[in-house]
Amino acid sequence: MSGGVGASARRPDGPAKVAGTFPYAGDLRVPGMLHGRTLRCPHPRARIRRVDTATARQLPGVAAVVTAADVPGVATYGLIIADQPVFAATEARYAGEPVAAVAAVDARTARRALAAIEVDYEPLPPHTDPALALAPDTPRLHPAGNLYREIDVRHGDPDRDGPVVIEDHYVVGMQDQAFLAPEAALITPAADGGVDLRVATQWLHSDREQLAACLALPEDLVRLTLAGVGGAFGGREDITLQIHGALLARAAGAPVRIAYDRVESFLGHPHRHPARMWFRHTATRAGDLVSVQARLVLDGGAYASSSPAVLANAVTHAAGPYRVPHARLHGVVVRTNNPPCGAMRGFGVPQVTIGHEAQLDRLADAVGLDPVELRVRNAICPGDILPTGQVMGGPLPARELIQLVAARPLPPSPTAGPAGPTGLTLPGGLPAAADPSRVRRGVGYALAYKNLLFSEGMDDSSVARVRLDLAADGTPRASIHSACAEVGQGFVAIAEQIARTELGVDQVVLRPADTAIGSAGSTSASRQTWMSGGAVRGACVAVADRLLARVARTAGLPARVVEAPGASLRITAGRIVGAEAGLRLTLADALAAGPVEAEFTFHHRRTTALDAAGQGDPHVAFAAAAHRAVVDVDLDLGLVRVVSMALAQDCGTVLNPLALRGQVEGGTAQGLGLAVMEELVTDGGRVTNPTFHDYLLPTAADVPDLDFVAVTEPQPEAPYGVKGVGEAPTCTATPAIVAAIRAAVGRDLRRVPVRPQDLVDLENPVDLPGAPGGDPPA
Amino acid sequence: MSGGETYRLHVDGFPRTVSGAWIGDSLLTVLRDALGVTAVKDACEQGRCGACSVLLDGRLAASCTVLAADADGARVVTVAGLGTVGLARAVRATFLAEGAVQCGFCTPGFVVAVTDLLTRRPDADADELREALAGNICRCTGYGRIIAAVQAVQRDRAVQRDRDAR
Repeated sequence: MSGGVGASARRPDGPAKVAGTFPYAGDLRVPGMLHGRTLRCPHPRARIRRVDTATARQLPGVAAVVTAADVPGVATYGLIIADQPVFAATEARYAGEPVAAVAAVDARTARRALAAIEVDYEPLPPHTDPALALAPDTPRLHPAGNLYREIDVRHGDPDRDGPVVIEDHYVVGMQDQAFLAPEAALITPAADGGVDLRVATQWLHSDREQLAACLALPEDLVRLTLAGVGGAFGGREDITLQIHGALLARAAGAPVRIAYDRVESFLGHPHRHPARMWFRHTATRAGDLVSVQARLVLDGGAYASSSPAVLANAVTHAAGPYRVPHARLHGVVVRTNNPPCGAMRGFGVPQVTIGHEAQLDRLADAVGLDPVELRVRNAICPGDILPTGQVMGGPLPARELIQLVAARPLPPSPTAGPAGPTGLTLPGGLPAAADPSRVRRGVGYALAYKNLLFSEGMDDSSVARVRLDLAADGTPRASIHSACAEVGQGFVAIAEQIARTELGVDQVVLRPADTAIGSAGSTSASRQTWMSGGAVRGACVAVADRLLARVARTAGLPARVVEAPGASLRITAGRIVGAEAGLRLTLADALAAGPVEAEFTFHHRRTTALDAAGQGDPHVAFAAAAHRAVVDVDLDLGLVRVVSMALAQDCGTVLNPLALRGQVEGGTAQGLGLAVMEELVTDGGRVTNPTFHDYLLPTAADVPDLDFVAVTEPQPEAPYGVKGVGEAPTCTATPAIVAAIRAAVGRDLRRVPVRPQDLVDLENPVDLPGAPGGDPPA
Repeated sequence: MSGGETYRLHVDGFPRTVSGAWIGDSLLTVLRDALGVTAVKDACEQGRCGACSVLLDGRLAASCTVLAADADGARVVTVAGLGTVGLARAVRATFLAEGAVQCGFCTPGFVVAVTDLLTRRPDADADELREALAGNICRCTGYGRIIAAVQAVQRDRAVQRDRDAR
């Protein structure tokens, strides 16, 4: 048996992916299928006086047109709060909100049908400033009001101050997940009155629950199967085209392929929340933190999505992984007429990390300490009390991480190297290489922690079923069934590794993820290796137990062995061995008597909700990371080249070293994007850059090699001691790069992403526009 | 609505005829929707991401920015037509071995672009590799394992060349 836990096992879907034969959701086609498309409101806020679909319905080739009037069940949906209309009926609240959908014989006819739908809009003044969302003269933008959630964490004596005070405002722009495969589904009405969906999603069972409610169908008639998913990063946690496509398929009585192009993808799913943040840190003159105050305003956009949970993360992590005796952390997430925001890798933590790490650097300056030394001095340790009153469980090697990353060798100076700087190694690259004499280098650090799994009392369990039988060729084979959505992260490899280790088999097959089994929860929150890995392991252990009990019974072993067979017998490398009983047989012989199957539901430890003072035990566990960034800045054009990135991360037990490496490198690149490239820009509520031409993503030329060190202390209560690894590095990459730019140019840079226009005219000591307004302290 | 255009293409070695196409259809649209060649991926339709990379008469192209009308009579090679031997096979194998594949949606385009690059510039250094592959976006890997895979192919082929020279 090879390819078990701890090996760099290959992905089972890899060969099809490199051959181009792996079927993504957008690749699915069936004979006779129709093409679905969505009509979206062009106004950020408008009253809808009338929607006339008569002309569109009469076009040749149009099979169905649906609007709000055609939703048979609940008119709204949502991950946490069902406040988003399936189609806007009387009022549209963001530019891009769906108003109608059509299904036609081909995509071009569907587009023409959309153009033939007449909507009489009365544009209303949009409210797009989150700082004004709760002002008395701002109208309620939705019957549920403009406040999604407010959290106020009070810890120690919030009025206590140290003698050194650092206080400032910070702004973070809107980032998009920009997964590479746009949204797509193939949806088929079934003869039993139900509907079958093959869809790219992060959470099959949440989709099913929302679909069933809106379609007014019992859940068992709404069947979902995961289609190939081309990336997610939080952007597929919400419903997008699922309900629209199901309504069309049921109205037309035919299969419907519904798929977005890139522009519609940018408009169709929620983004990372833009943030306005005010922080006030106080410390002793020696550099020990005394207090942290934070006030956060997150722009949730027009509908709730996962805003309430994102805010909880932002507020509870706002002081960072530091020992803070006194804190007052306050946040609101509000409704505006901007695009809805929701889950993206890091889930509220990247924003506050940008703020608290900038504050730490400025505090280090103020007390005359090195930024690394200040972080080492204040880093949280297991046993310390967090601002929520939660006791930090272990392990959390925050101090070790920042020390490790600071000790990594630095890259050579910009003008060193055998050939000197070239167009390939200077800011601007080949098209706009900097004048080497006008390049300035900076080094920056960031440390963060991020919660793992769902928080605040959620029991986000995961189910798996495992069957052990003989394949047609007589070799033992394990089959795994889980609804865990593989979105690229590599669960498919991890699940197979676990089955090989626990059952001693080489051959493992993974059944398609679908709703024929119970929920695996969402592929988010760094949770699937822990939760669904735990479910697969639990099911394997139960299968092994049942098989060993059967073997013991058949062999006539004593009742005590039959009752607890694992104590005397074990499965190892295709054999069942019991030294005490003098028993040895092959797994294949043991399975000749028939297959063995078991289902297991994995739960994590219980957490609690936050009380009115923001106190509780909200998070299951944490993982920490520390990045060091080195940048070169072109002082003339304001262009930044990230020269090197080093990362030390708290990874728990490593199940697959190669997959770990891929996760931390990818997480680092997305953080780099937020630092210097990626921003979905809105103007009066309208997204102005919803294309890859205008929304810039890091390329191979932008992302340096990652110097990575894993710290692998096992996490208690987690299967094998794992921790989720995908999110923590996204939280630290951005502030480390911003810190490095700050060190290079000597400007505060309180707005992220840092744009070229923020880095020119450096003789002027004031930040250019974009210097934040933020939320004034109460 | 379909148009009346007919295009003749050689796709992955086979003659294919597209009829009833629209004059404005891109090569990508014709490949995916008319011919069912889904190994070519559609991610941005602006020539920015490289997911739809093909070789067009031997030259690397983003098929979303080529009019099918302009490709009439051309040889189109997708990831599926690169062959199962030689360089393309080595690129695929090292992408798997080095962990260069996660969601995999960029992978077909990358395999085409990397095979093309290593054909033209077998000894490109890391900076050149990164610049040359900047037309292909990967959102999952951060490129580290992709560059590692390309360099592994370069090393294997250098060893092979040395062996052949002896």
